[in-house]
Amino acid sequence: MGEMEQMKKEAEALKTQIEAARKAVHDTDMASAASGVAPAPRVQLKTRKNLKGHLAKIYAMHWSTDNRLMVSASQDGKLLIWDSHTGNKVNAVPLKSSWVMTCAYAPSGNLVASGGLDNMCTVYNLKTPVIKTVKELDAHTGYLSCARFLSDTEILTASGDTTCALWDLETGKQKTVFLNHVGDCMCLSLSPDMNSFVSGACDSLAKLWDIRDGQCKQTFQGHTSDINAISFLPSGNAFITGSDDCTCKMYDLRADQEVIGYQDAALNSGVTSLALSMSARLIFAGYDDFNCNIWDSLKGEKVGVLSGHDNRVSCTGVPPDGMCVCTGSWDSFLKIWN
Amino acid sequence: MSSKMQSSNNIAQARRTVQQLRIEANIERIKVSKASADLMNYCSEHAKYDPLLMGIPASENPFKDKKPCTIL
Repeated sequence: MGEMEQMKKEAEALKTQIEAARKAVHDTDMASAASGVAPAPRVQLKTRKNLKGHLAKIYAMHWSTDNRLMVSASQDGKLLIWDSHTGNKVNAVPLKSSWVMTCAYAPSGNLVASGGLDNMCTVYNLKTPVIKTVKELDAHTGYLSCARFLSDTEILTASGDTTCALWDLETGKQKTVFLNHVGDCMCLSLSPDMNSFVSGACDSLAKLWDIRDGQCKQTFQGHTSDINAISFLPSGNAFITGSDDCTCKMYDLRADQEVIGYQDAALNSGVTSLALSMSARLIFAGYDDFNCNIWDSLKGEKVGVLSGHDNRVSCTGVPPDGMCVCTGSWDSFLKIWN
Repeated sequence: MSSKMQSSNNIAQARRTVQQLRIEANIERIKVSKASADLMNYCSEHAKYDPLLMGIPASENPFKDKKPCTIL
């Protein structure tokens, strides 16, 4: 058909144009640009807390904005709310479905959410005398891999059905559906100004989305396998991804491309999770090989390792005040390090 | 699905792909050297506030278990 051929030709021409435009601005890479920067100090962190309580693999954790409480999710069918300063469990939320893959703490501290193989995102109110389910967000046709609250009235989700969605928590309905990935969406990260977010998927692509108009603005290539973890830098101009291809990458939004990769020939385990230190100089990346490696984000060098878990590190998180890093594992423990 | 429906679905899909590529092609890009410089500046300006980079004195570490004091 004439039109089909035309469309194919135009698509190829546009792809070539994008590659040429990226190449034209690729006058250096981050590691070369940062060659004059003093190396980050060798980072040796100690385990300060070992949080025992879950009875099965931990799949996700998320810090509260108060820098003290955190929520963790395990396939033992529970969300646990921890006081990280004392190591005590503050709350336990029994889940209808134990196949949980993600959890999130609302910025207000009033709500938490979870979801997984039930294809739903369930939101709970922690502040009622007894913890109540306030909404079951049911519209995805695939598993829920990630959820993040914008506020007590809006939440973003990523799903194995290849879409992301913005939900209105008052009506329980999807306001916007973000369509463009061709593989399961595995992770998402909100921009600091909350106007956009990035998603990573099993199509090995990361995409930047405008939250309000639902449009995919940019697509980032480079990974050769599923992207399992993604995090915006606090500056809002770049983000880091972690993948089953055993590497992490930093992509800059304004250069529209990868600016540095974090890999090591000796590392042949997939990256499951990642978190950034407050200045974004350090990247804490959790791997299938039971370790969390620490990377110098500017120079691309490994500067430390957090060893201690007896199984895959499945989740990592740094609280907003940057005072520690938390790792969660399939060994059922969470560790706090600084 | 009839083959006519299938080919019109394919055309719709192709149109969407081209539309998306047009959006992505039309953005302004800055040089990687400038992007890197901005990132390096951000890291250096915030380094002194980064507890994991600078280290945390034991007395200010809320996660460190306090050892009991003995008054002699």
